[in-house]
Amino acid sequence: MDQKKKQDLIVSACLIAFILVVLFVLEKIMPSGNMLFVVLKKGAIYALVAVSMNLLNGFTGLFSLGQAGFMLIGAYTYAIFTIPPDQRLAVYQYFDGGVVQFTVPIIVAFLLAAAVAGLFAFLIGLPVLRLKSDYLAIATLGFAEIIRAFFQWDVLGPITNGSNLLRKFPTFDSVLFPFIVSGICIAIIVLLINSSYGRAFKAIRDDEIAAEAMGINLFKHKEMAFVISSAFAGVSGALLAMYQTTVQAAAFKSAMTYEILLIVVIGGIGSITGSCLASFLFVACSEWWLRFLDNETFIGAWQVPLLRSGFRKVVFSVIIMIMVLFYNRGIMGTREFSIDSVTGLLKRKRLPGDKKMKKEGK
Amino acid sequence: MKKTFAILLALCLIVAMFTGCASQSASAGGDVVKIGVYEPASGDNGAGGKQETLGIQYANSQVNTVEIGGKTYTVELVIVDNESSNDKGPTAASNLVSAGVSVALGSYGSGVSIAASDVFAKAGIPVIGVTCTNPQVTEGNTHYFRICFLDPFQGTVLANFAAGDFGAKTAYSLAKLGDDYSVGLCNYFNEAFEALGGTVVYETFPEGNSDFTSYLTTAANSGADVFFAPVSTEAAALIIDQAASQGLAAPILAGDTWDSNVITEAAKGKNVDVYVTTFFDEGDTSEAGVAFVTGFKEWLNANPNMLTNNGGNDAVAAVSAMGYDAYMVALEALKAAGSTEPAKVNEALWGTTHTGVSGAIAFDSTTGDAIRDVAFIKHANNETGTWEFVRIQGVS
Amino acid sequence: MDFLHANLPYILAGISVGGQYALIAIGYTMVYGILRLINFAHGDVFMIAGLVMIYAAASMPLYIALPLTVIVTVLIGFIIERVAYKPLRNAPRMSVMISAIGVSYLLQNLALYVTGGLSKMYPTIPGISNSITIFGATTKVVTVVTPVLTLVLVIALVLFIQKTKIGMAMRAVSKDFETSQLMGIKINSVISATFIIGSLLAAVASFLYFSNYAAVVPTSGAMPGLKAFVAAVFGGIGSIPGAVIGAFIIGICENIIKGLGWTTFSDAFTFALLIIILIVKPTGLFGERASEKV
Repeated sequence: MDQKKKQDLIVSACLIAFILVVLFVLEKIMPSGNMLFVVLKKGAIYALVAVSMNLLNGFTGLFSLGQAGFMLIGAYTYAIFTIPPDQRLAVYQYFDGGVVQFTVPIIVAFLLAAAVAGLFAFLIGLPVLRLKSDYLAIATLGFAEIIRAFFQWDVLGPITNGSNLLRKFPTFDSVLFPFIVSGICIAIIVLLINSSYGRAFKAIRDDEIAAEAMGINLFKHKEMAFVISSAFAGVSGALLAMYQTTVQAAAFKSAMTYEILLIVVIGGIGSITGSCLASFLFVACSEWWLRFLDNETFIGAWQVPLLRSGFRKVVFSVIIMIMVLFYNRGIMGTREFSIDSVTGLLKRKRLPGDKKMKKEGK
Repeated sequence: MKKTFAILLALCLIVAMFTGCASQSASAGGDVVKIGVYEPASGDNGAGGKQETLGIQYANSQVNTVEIGGKTYTVELVIVDNESSNDKGPTAASNLVSAGVSVALGSYGSGVSIAASDVFAKAGIPVIGVTCTNPQVTEGNTHYFRICFLDPFQGTVLANFAAGDFGAKTAYSLAKLGDDYSVGLCNYFNEAFEALGGTVVYETFPEGNSDFTSYLTTAANSGADVFFAPVSTEAAALIIDQAASQGLAAPILAGDTWDSNVITEAAKGKNVDVYVTTFFDEGDTSEAGVAFVTGFKEWLNANPNMLTNNGGNDAVAAVSAMGYDAYMVALEALKAAGSTEPAKVNEALWGTTHTGVSGAIAFDSTTGDAIRDVAFIKHANNETGTWEFVRIQGVS
Repeated sequence: MDFLHANLPYILAGISVGGQYALIAIGYTMVYGILRLINFAHGDVFMIAGLVMIYAAASMPLYIALPLTVIVTVLIGFIIERVAYKPLRNAPRMSVMISAIGVSYLLQNLALYVTGGLSKMYPTIPGISNSITIFGATTKVVTVVTPVLTLVLVIALVLFIQKTKIGMAMRAVSKDFETSQLMGIKINSVISATFIIGSLLAAVASFLYFSNYAAVVPTSGAMPGLKAFVAAVFGGIGSIPGAVIGAFIIGICENIIKGLGWTTFSDAFTFALLIIILIVKPTGLFGERASEKV
C-alpha cells in the first residue's frame, strides 16, 4: 500500500510539473494578450475558491454562502498592505493618503489575507455554526453582505478607502503565479482532507449525531473547517485582486457566491478535481467561447437571428440549467480524477469482468 | 451516459480552440486597422454606454477608411460590453487586447475605465477616454487620454451654479456606494460648495436600492436648497419620479450622466426642476454641430435597431457627440503615427489635435487630458420632454 | 407635530415597502413550508411580472394588461416548478436549491436580453400612482393602499388555507411530506397550487412596488427578493402571519435606519437583524420547532 501511495505521489508530482512546463512554454510562444491566458488565470483563482467552498459544502456538509465576503476580506487585506506608500496619496485621494503608510512583502500580505479572513470566520463561526443547514446558509449570506457594507463605510475610509477603488498594488503578469499559489493551497486542502481531520469532517457530513457519538467534537471540527475554508477563500480573494489590478467591495456580491456554488455543483460536490475542472470550463464558457453569441453575425446577407448583446448569457444559463437538471451529480460526482481512473477506464474497455473486481476492491 | 458526455466535452474543447485560433488568424490579414470600443451595454450604465457607442458607430459609418503611412486601411470596430462592472471590465478589455486593436475608446463610467487601465497598459495599447470624468483615470499613466472635462472642474461649475443662480446655502448631495464617478463628483462639489460658504448634507445609497423616499425626506428635513445627485440614469429615473410624488421643492442638479433622454422622459409631465452640466448641446449652431446633429438623426431614423439603442427616440445625447469626436481623434492619431502599432499611436496621441463637434481638442502634455474650460448647462423641459439650453459656464 | 411632520414620510415608506415585502415573503414561506426549498427564483418572478406589465401596457389597455400580467406570472411560476423542481424531487435538497439559483440566473439573463440592458419605466396605474397628502407628508396613493390590500389578501389566504380542502392538504403536506402522500393527497397538485398562489401574490406585489419605484431592471427582483426571504425567516419560515409581521418590521426598520443617516448600513442592518433572531430563536418569531430525526 505504501509503495502504491509513493508511486501515486510521484505520478501526480510529475503531472503538475508537466502542466507548469506546458504553461511556461505556451507563454513563451503565444502572444500575451491571448484570451487563453485570461481564462487560465481566472480559472486558477476560481479553482482555489471553489475547492475551499467544496471543503465546507462537500466534505463537511456545512452549507455556507459566505465565500464572497471572505474573498473580499482577503482582497482588501492584500491591497491595503501592499500599495506602495508613494502611491497612497493618489489612491486614498479623499482620505489624505490613508493611515497605513508601510508595505509588507507580497508573501506576507498573502499570509495576512488568509489570517484576517480566518479570524473573521472564527468570530462569525462562533454564533453561526450552531445553526442548521438552510439557516446556516442564510446567516452566512447575511454576514457576507454585512462585511461588504462594513468595508464600504466612510468612517473606515482611511484604511479601506471607503467605497472607492483600491489600486496600484503589485500584480502578476505570468500565468504561472496563480497556478503555483492555487496549486500549493489546493495541495494543502487535499492533505487536510486525507488526514484524520478530513475523516472527521466526512463523518460529520454523513451523520452528525453518529459522529458525535464516536467522540468527534462537532463544534470544534465545524469551526476548524469553516476557518480553513475562509482563509483559503481569502487567499483567492487576494489573487483575484491581483488579477483585476483593482479591487472594490461593491463587486463581491452574493451573485459571486452563487457563481462559485454553481462551479462546485457542476464539478461535483465532494470532488476536488471536479471543482478545478469545472472552474476552468465555467470561466472559459462565460468569458470566452460563447462571446461570439453577443455579436450580430451575417452569413452572406442572412442575419443570424437572436444574436445580439446579452444572448451569450442566456445560452450560458440554459447550459447551466441543463447541467443541473440532467447531470445533477456534476462532471465528476464524488470521484476524483487520477491516473488510476484513466487507466482503469482504458482497461475496462478490454476486460468486461474488471468492473466487478473494481467494485469489490473499493 | 457519462462517456458520451465526456466525448461531447472534449469536442466542445476542440471546437472552441479552433474558433479561438480562427479569430486569431483573421486579425493578421488584410489592410484593416482595428479600433476597440470598451463600453457598457448592460448594467447600471448600459443606457449611456449604448448612446456613446452609437456616436462611435455613426462616426465609423461616415468615415470608415484611414490613410496610414501611404496605405488606405479599413477601420473595423471591435465592440465589447464591460457590463458596467469593475470585475467584468478587465476581461472585456482583455478581449480587445486579444483581438489586436491599435487603440481603444471608452468607457462611459470612470470606475470601469480605471479598472481596465492596467490591462491596456500592459498590452501597450493607448486608450481615449470619452466621458470618464474622474481624475484618477489618466493620473499617473501615459497611455490613457481623455477628451472630456474633469470632475473637479465639473463639481466647481455645479457648486457655483447652485450658489449663484439659486442662492443656495444648504446642499444635499447623494452618491452611490462604490461608484467612483458619483462619489468623486459629490466630493468635488461638496468641497467647492463649502468653500463658497455653504453647508452640505452628504449621503450614499447602496447598490440595488430603489427606494429613495427616505433620502428625499432627509433632504427636505435638512432644508436643502438644491438636491445634487450625479448618479446613474437608472437611479436618476427613480429619484425624479419619487421627488415629484414627494413634492420636493428644491431643484435637482446633476452632472453629465444625466444628459440623456431617459431623464427627460422621466421628468416629462412631472413637477420637478432638473439641471445638468454637459459636454455638448443639441441646439449647437456651429457648422460642425449642425452637420453632426442632422446627420446623426438621419442615421438613427434609418436604423430601427440603433433607434432602440438610443432609448427609442432621436434625441442627440452629448455622449454620442463625444463618441463621434473620440473616434475622429483616434483616426487623427493613426494618421499621425503612420502605423497601426499601438506604441506608435500612443506616441502620436500626445501631439494630436482635432476640432470636433464638441469643440477644439488638444491633450495636456502631462496628464493626457483634453484642455477644456467650459461646460454647457441644460434644463429639462417638463412639457415637451426635451432639453433646453441654459448657458455656457466656466469656473472663475 | 413638527417631529411627526419630519418623520412621517419614513414611517409611511416603511409600512408601504413592508407590505410589498410581505406579499413576496408569503411565496417564499409557503414553498419552504412544503418543499423545504429556498426558492431563489421567486424574486426574479416578481421582476418578470414587472416587465410583463410594461410590455403589456404598451400594447393594450390597462384593464386587460393587469389581469394578463397576473395570468402570465402565475403561468411562469407553475412552469418553473414543473420544469426545474419536479424532476429533482428525489434528488438531494442541495440540487434543488442549485436549480433555483440556476432559474434565477436564467430569468435575469433573459430579462437582460429582452430589455437590452436598459431600465424600463413602469406605466402609471391610474388611482394608485397619484400623489396625496397625509398630515402634511406628500406621498403616492399606493403607499396607503399597500398595507390595506396586503392585510386583505393575507386574511383571504389564511381563510383559504384553514377552510378549503386544498388548504388542508397544504397544511398536511407541510407537516409530513411522506405520510400525506400515503394518505392519498395528490402531492403534485398541492405543490403546483402553492407556486400558483406565491406567483399570484408576487404579481400583485409587483403592481404595488413598481408603481412606487417605477423603473424595472433585470436585477430589480434580487434585493426585494432577498429581503422578503429574510422577512420570512425572521417571522419563522412556514408561518404566514410570521412572514407578514417580519416583512413589516424589516420595511419599517430599514427606513428608520436610513432616516437616522446610516444609509451605508440600510441593507446590512436587515441581515444583522436576521442573524440576531436566528441566534436567539433559531426558528424565527413564530416558527415551529422542528424535531430532529435520528
